[in-house]
Amino acid sequence: MLLRLIPKDTHIPFMKMRNVAYAISLVMVVASVALFFMRGLNLGIDFVGGSTIEIQTPEAADVGKIRTMLGELDLGDVSVQEFGADTEVLIRFEEQEGGEEAQKAAQIRVEQKLQADIPGVSIRSTSFIGPKVSSELARDGFLAVSLSVVAVLIYIWFRFEWQFGLGAVVALVHDVFLTVGFFSITQLDFNLSIIAAILTIVGYSLNDTVVVYDRVRENMRKFRKMPLPELIDQSVNDTLSRTIMTSLTTLLALAALFFFGGTVIRGFTAAMIWGIVVGTYSSIFIASPVLLLLNLRSTTFDETDGDNPNVESTSLS
Amino acid sequence: MLDFPPWKIAVVLLLSFVGLVAAVPNFLSDDQIESLPGFLPDNRITLGLDLQGGAHMLLEVDADAIVSERLANLEAEIREALRDKRILGTIETRGDRVYVRVRDESQRSAALEAVRDLATPVTDGVGLGGALSRNIEVASQGDGQIVVAMTEAAIRARISGAVDQSLEIVRRRIDEMGTREPTIQRQGADRILVQVPGLQDSQQLRSLLETTAKLTFHMVNAAADPNRPPPGFMALPSVDTGEMLVLERRARLTGENLVDASVGFDESSRPVVNFRFDSTGGRRFADITRENVNRRFAIVLDDEIISAPNIQEPILGGAGRIFGNFTMEGANNLAILLRAGALPAPLTIMEERTVGPDLGQDSIEAGEIAGILGLAAVVVFMLLVYGLFGAVANIALLVNIGLLMGALSVLGATLTLPGIAGIVLTVGMAVDANVLVFERIKEEVADGRGPLRAIEAGYQQALSTILDANITTFIAAFLLFQFGSGPVRGFAVTLGIGILTSMFTALMLTRLILVLWLRRRRPQRLPI
Repeated sequence: MLLRLIPKDTHIPFMKMRNVAYAISLVMVVASVALFFMRGLNLGIDFVGGSTIEIQTPEAADVGKIRTMLGELDLGDVSVQEFGADTEVLIRFEEQEGGEEAQKAAQIRVEQKLQADIPGVSIRSTSFIGPKVSSELARDGFLAVSLSVVAVLIYIWFRFEWQFGLGAVVALVHDVFLTVGFFSITQLDFNLSIIAAILTIVGYSLNDTVVVYDRVRENMRKFRKMPLPELIDQSVNDTLSRTIMTSLTTLLALAALFFFGGTVIRGFTAAMIWGIVVGTYSSIFIASPVLLLLNLRSTTFDETDGDNPNVESTSLS
Repeated sequence: MLDFPPWKIAVVLLLSFVGLVAAVPNFLSDDQIESLPGFLPDNRITLGLDLQGGAHMLLEVDADAIVSERLANLEAEIREALRDKRILGTIETRGDRVYVRVRDESQRSAALEAVRDLATPVTDGVGLGGALSRNIEVASQGDGQIVVAMTEAAIRARISGAVDQSLEIVRRRIDEMGTREPTIQRQGADRILVQVPGLQDSQQLRSLLETTAKLTFHMVNAAADPNRPPPGFMALPSVDTGEMLVLERRARLTGENLVDASVGFDESSRPVVNFRFDSTGGRRFADITRENVNRRFAIVLDDEIISAPNIQEPILGGAGRIFGNFTMEGANNLAILLRAGALPAPLTIMEERTVGPDLGQDSIEAGEIAGILGLAAVVVFMLLVYGLFGAVANIALLVNIGLLMGALSVLGATLTLPGIAGIVLTVGMAVDANVLVFERIKEEVADGRGPLRAIEAGYQQALSTILDANITTFIAAFLLFQFGSGPVRGFAVTLGIGILTSMFTALMLTRLILVLWLRRRRPQRLPI
């Protein structure tokens, strides 16, 4: 083979590292939660309402000047930032008092001001989200993420033992928390497409976890006497090359999107890249050792001598 | 697992072929599609507004306005019914109820009956033979008051009717603008979604949709004091001057009697709006102008006076003109609004997104570059790691992308920028199933199995894992579709279809290719 990423037969003692991994994850999760409450997310207008206007100027834009210019309009907090190139500027202002009507009036004033004061400016895109729609979008987004976690828990519970379901959800919640923490620390715009990214991360992280769990289950049948830590280690090692391969191909595709896909979806791709890295880490270092914590073998395999009907029914012909 | 009878081979190849043919129109120019024979598919993937540019607006029908208008009518009906029965009393509307107090207690049951007679059945509109209920509820209170309220069903039916009517009027107005292929659809109970591709300046659309365009004609009372209009009169501002005029509350004519409106020019070539009444309206207009020569007459649009000319002479032809202080665009918009008719209630813009065509084009190009580079990287990587098997997986990957595009074309799905991201992501993840199988095959080879057994076992062992892994991702995609909106939904669609097509190509197509290769070459060792 031209390229061998992972040595042929690995015996990495992942379980020995589990306390270190727990510590790292615990610190990261606590930090994410703390960041979320203290620093918060840079919630996009999708969720808090407001307007954004993306403009292109004929020459390099003077962000400071635009900021003062729009400050005169007395719209409260107006953010003006460069967006991708120095001739592209993203302007955002918060929801105005007085509901949809006032918000729209403010947006029209900004557009007119820009067109009057910057000759040759072109408005590339505008978005206006009223308070009613933004609160609905926030509710739906939250609902979608929570429901998907629950749905997945149910699926895994149905397909595996309950410990697997719980382990997968622990890993999943871990990934979602860290992704939220990532957005808190980077202050990237947290918008509707980030919900899509988080849901994909949920799917992906699970995908990784399920592959390892499948192998754990299989090895439990194969090596009945092997101690659980050793067995989980072996399962993780068995699937390691696949885990790394798939993460790498996905990351390759995402890297192309991140660098060449344009500014509009950069936040989305950043979230995905982070999520894939975290998801891969958690399926190895969190989802698997958690099985030990949950006493996997004692409840299912030791007590039932002989074939466990539950397991048999899920093996494929 | 390796049993491939000829019919199975045919099905796999046929499915791949049909899928690929369906994707072809996306790579052809308009002319080439025109010249295709009729039996070939000619659907292309529809680009979302974020890619082709355009305006997206979510409008909400003002339900409160509809209910309060209905209540006002109800009050009038009750007043009339009691008058017919010669019952005296006070009638007033407070909140969402109408209260009737009868002066002579002995007439109370007669009043109750008269009011109850006003009730008409409404169909709930939920399913066939939806429960029939009354439109109003009448109750007699202990203190002698009669309370009349609209039922839930009546309110719902009212709002639903108003939304339908608004939908129709919005459609007419947008058609009048002459834009191409607008999408206008109802969303939920009281919302309307409008998408106009290619439209960048939403200003005109906005003003067309936000104007209720209720046109009424009133006589001006020049003698009254605008600060204290006498009963039956109202004071309204004039659009141009801001001057307050006192008008009769009762409209002499309304926009419903209009049959046509168009832009014209007056003697000093300023734009005006010409209009024509239907025959009833024309007759009434002739009567009014004949009886009121030398008095002022106000044309009111949504509670603002747009023009209040002096009647110089009777106008008999049923046609008139509005001299406002119009710009060309303003006159044109008014003409459109008058032709399309008035909305039953004001519309509020809840959400608006516009994307300029340049930005859309930039996004498409960026998406294409990212897609091609991502694909190339994955293809090279697979070749390096799995050699011949990697090449087989790459064939499956390319077919997969073709199938995905074909499916999107046939289903008429909309491709958005996040949708492109979904495709690129699918490229990365689609190889996963093959990676799982190949890794298994490697293990089986390491365990000393021969080529045939190794491949067979590889597929067999990996299958349940592949199913579990893909079903979980599919659940996420499904929920995203359910709860997502707009572009995000587009992402869910490509991700979901991508999972299905990649399962097909990874499990069927690569297996078929490997089996055919095994049959031909009968290798002693697997190059993996």
